Amino acid sequence: MSLDATFTREIPLLEGKSSFKEIDDVIAKPVESKPTIKWWIAIGISSTALLIGAVCLGLTFWYGIGLWGNNQPVGWAFDIINFVFWIGIGHAGTLISAILFLFRQKWRTGIARFAEAMTIFAVMTAGLFPAIHTGRPWLDGYLLPYPNQHNLWVNFTSPLLWDVFAVSTYFTVSFVFWYVGLIPDLATLRDRTTSGIKKFVYTIFSLGWRGSNRHWQHYERVYLILAGLSTPLVLSVHTIVSFDFAVSVIPGWHTTIFPPYFVAGAIFSGFGMVSTVLIIVRKVFDMEHIITVNTLEKMNKILLATGTMVGYAYGMEFFIAWYSGNPVEQFAFINRAFGPYAWAYWIMISCNVLFPQLFWFKKIRRNIPITFVIVILVNVGMWFERFVIIVTSLHRDYLPTSWAMYYPTMYDIGILLGSFGLFFTLIILFARTLPVVSMAELKAVTENAQPKIHHNGSE
Amino acid sequence: MFGRILNKIDEEFLKSEPRKGELFAVSALFDTPDQIITSAEKVSGSGYRRFDVLTPYPMHGLDNAMRLRETKIGWVGLLAGMSGTTLAFLMIWWMVGIDYKNVIGGKPFFNIAPSIPIMFELTVLLSALTLVAFLIAVFNKLPSNANPLMATEFMKHVTSDKFGIYIEAKDPKFNQNEIKSLFSSLGASEVYDINEVSYDEGKTKNPILDFKFVGNLIGVGIVTAILSYFTLNYLLFLPPFNWMHHQAKVLPQSESKFFNDGFSMRKPVEGTVARGFIPYEFKGMHDSLVVETPNPLPVTKEILEKGKKNFDIYCSPCHGYYGKGDSRLRGQFPVPPTLHSEKVRSWKDANIYHVITNGQNVMPSYEKQISRDDRWAIIHYLRVLQRSQNAPDSDFEGK
Repeated sequence: MSLDATFTREIPLLEGKSSFKEIDDVIAKPVESKPTIKWWIAIGISSTALLIGAVCLGLTFWYGIGLWGNNQPVGWAFDIINFVFWIGIGHAGTLISAILFLFRQKWRTGIARFAEAMTIFAVMTAGLFPAIHTGRPWLDGYLLPYPNQHNLWVNFTSPLLWDVFAVSTYFTVSFVFWYVGLIPDLATLRDRTTSGIKKFVYTIFSLGWRGSNRHWQHYERVYLILAGLSTPLVLSVHTIVSFDFAVSVIPGWHTTIFPPYFVAGAIFSGFGMVSTVLIIVRKVFDMEHIITVNTLEKMNKILLATGTMVGYAYGMEFFIAWYSGNPVEQFAFINRAFGPYAWAYWIMISCNVLFPQLFWFKKIRRNIPITFVIVILVNVGMWFERFVIIVTSLHRDYLPTSWAMYYPTMYDIGILLGSFGLFFTLIILFARTLPVVSMAELKAVTENAQPKIHHNGSE
Repeated sequence: MFGRILNKIDEEFLKSEPRKGELFAVSALFDTPDQIITSAEKVSGSGYRRFDVLTPYPMHGLDNAMRLRETKIGWVGLLAGMSGTTLAFLMIWWMVGIDYKNVIGGKPFFNIAPSIPIMFELTVLLSALTLVAFLIAVFNKLPSNANPLMATEFMKHVTSDKFGIYIEAKDPKFNQNEIKSLFSSLGASEVYDINEVSYDEGKTKNPILDFKFVGNLIGVGIVTAILSYFTLNYLLFLPPFNWMHHQAKVLPQSESKFFNDGFSMRKPVEGTVARGFIPYEFKGMHDSLVVETPNPLPVTKEILEKGKKNFDIYCSPCHGYYGKGDSRLRGQFPVPPTLHSEKVRSWKDANIYHVITNGQNVMPSYEKQISRDDRWAIIHYLRVLQRSQNAPDSDFEGK
C-alpha cells in the first residue's frame, strides 16, 4: 500500500517540518490551555438550550405526556421525529470513521475522531426520545428480555424491539471503537501533562499504553475488524429504524424503499450536521489548518450525492403510489404534497433536493459561508422529512371521521431545543477535554512517517 | 485500639516509598523510521528475544523487522461473533418457542425472519466487545501502569516524537556494554538505562491502612447504605413514580366523596333485572300454589354431568352425595330427610325446583347461587339418583 500523504500537504502549519511534536502541540492545545471567551459563549448558548429542554422534560415527567401535542390519530410526533433525526445524524460519524477507513480515504483522518464523538452524542440524544415517549421512562427496563415476575418475554416480532437492540448495540460498539482509537492519544497526553489530577485521569484511561509494536500489531488488526463490524452495523441501524414504519400498514409508510431511502437520508443529514459542527468548531478552536477547505469540499460532494439519492426516493415514492393503483396510497401522497401540510413537504423538497444541487459548482463547494447556509438548510430539510413522513401519514389515515391536525405545544418545541442543547454541550465539552483529532493517526499519514527502505520481504 | 491494630499490621507487612531497583532494560531513542526499522532488524537478527520497539504510531514493516508472527486476534472476533449469533438464536427460540408461547398476528411462535435483526445485532455486539476485551487484557496484557518504563524520559518521547527500542536485562544474551555500543553504532540519539522500581519491606507506613482512610471508607459505606435505603424505599415512590398504584377509578366497597350517600357503587334503577336473572314467579308462595312447569332441559349426558357437578357442590354438603341425607355437616346443621322418600319421588320437577329456589324449613333459597339452568340440571340428576336407589325390576333385565 502506498502512502501518499496528500492530506498533510493541505496543512500549511505542518508542511515541510513533519515534526510530530508540533502535531501534538496543536491538537493538545485546547485540552491544555484555559478556555477562550469564544468557548464560554458557545457553552453558554448550548447549556441554556439544554436547561430549557430539561425543564420541559421535567414538566413532562411530572404531568405526563399529555403536555405534548400528540393526539388521535397522530400518536407519533415530535418524539419519534427527533429520534429518527438524531439517530440519522449519528450515521455520518460511523461512515467517516469506519467506511472511509476501509476505503483508505486519508482525508478522513482530520475529522474522524470528531465525527465518531458526534455519533456517540447523537445516539445518546436520540436514545432519549424513545425512552421518554413511553410516558413512564422509569419503567423502560421492561424493554429488555429478562426473567421477570410477569413471566413474560418481550415481543421478538416487533420492529420496536429490534430498535432497542440495534440502537443499544450501535451506541456500545461506536463507544468502544471511539475509546480504542483514543487509547494511544490518551497515553500521549499522559506523558505530556504536568498537572497531577490530569495525569491520574489519563493514566487510568490510557491503561498503561506504551506504543509497543507488539501491542500495535494486535491493535491495528482489532481496529480494522471493528471498522468492518461497524459498517454493516450502521447500515442495519437505520434499516431497522425504517422498519418501525415499513412493517406497519399505514399508507405512506408501508413501502419497501424505506430501508435504503432511510440510510441515504441518514448519511445525508449526518454529513449536514458534521459540516455544521466542524465549520463552527474550526472557528472556535482556530483549527482552520487541520479541518481544511479541501475536507469540507469532499464532504459537500457526499452531500450532493446523498441529497440526490434522497430526491430519487421522493420521486420513486410518488411513482410507486401511482403505479400500484392503490387509491389509499395515492391519496396519502397527494395529501402530502398538496394537503394541509404541503408547506412542510415543500420545505423538505427545497432544502434536501434543490439547494444541495448548488454543490455542482466548485466555487460554491469551496465557499465556507455558502456551505454553512446550505448545510443548515439540509439539517432543517431532513428534520422536516421525518415530520412529513410521520405526521402527514398519520393525520389522515383510513377513517375520514378520525382525521385531525397536529400542532406541537411549547413543551414539544422546548424538548427539541433541549436536544440540540444536549448534543452541542457534549460536543463543546468533548472538544475541551479530549484530542479532537487523532494524533497517532495524523502522525502516521504525514510525510516521512513511514520507512522508505523495505527489508526481507516486508510489504 | 483500632488504630494500634492497623499500625501493627502496617509495621509487619507493608512497604516503603518506591526506590530505584535493579536494571530492567537498556533503551535507545531513534529519530527516523528508517533507523528504527534497521535497529529492530539488527536486534532481532542478533538473537535477542526479550526486546520491544515503541513508536508513537503504527509503522509499516516493523512486524517483519521484529520477526513477529501474525496476530491471531481475528479468530477471537470470529468465534465471539458466531457465539453471538448462536446465543441470540437460542435465546429467542427458547423464550418465544418453548417457554412462553404467545400468538402474535397468527404467525408461528418461533419465526426465523423476525429473529434475524436481533441475531445480527448480537453478533456484532459480542464480537466487538470480546475483541476489545481480549485486545486489552489478553493480547496486550493491559492495564500495566506498573511497568518500569512508565514516567521515564524515554517514555515521554516514544509516545510523542521519537522511536524507541529496549532490550530487557532478563534476555539470556544480555550484556549492558555490548548493547549500548550496538545502539550507538546504529545511530541512537539517546541511550538510557531503565531501572526497576522496588520497595523496602518493613516497618513503614502505607496510606491504604491509614486510620483516616479506613474511617472515610466506612463513612462512605454508611452514607451509601442510607442513600440506597431512602432511594429504594421512598424516592422511587414519590410522584410521578406512582407505579400505577393510584388510578382514577372506583374500587368495590370504597367510600365516595363525590356522591352524597357516600357509596361509590351506584344502585341500579328500581325494577332493573340483571341479565340471566329473571325473578321467580312463585317467590315465597306455598307449594300448592305452584303451577306445574315441565323441566325445560333434555336428558343428555352433558346435562346430567352438569347436574352432578352442581349437586356435588351445592346440595351434597347436607343431602349427601347420594341424596340419602347422610350429611357431611352432621352435628353442625340439622340433617335433612332422605331424597329417596316416597314423597320426594312423587314430586313433580316443578316442586323440587320450587324448593331449591324458594327454600324450605331450614334450607335457604339457592336462587342466588345456582343459575336457572343449573337448577333444572340438578333435578335431572336427582331423578337419576332416585332411580338408582329404587330401580324397578325391568332395569335389571339383560339385553
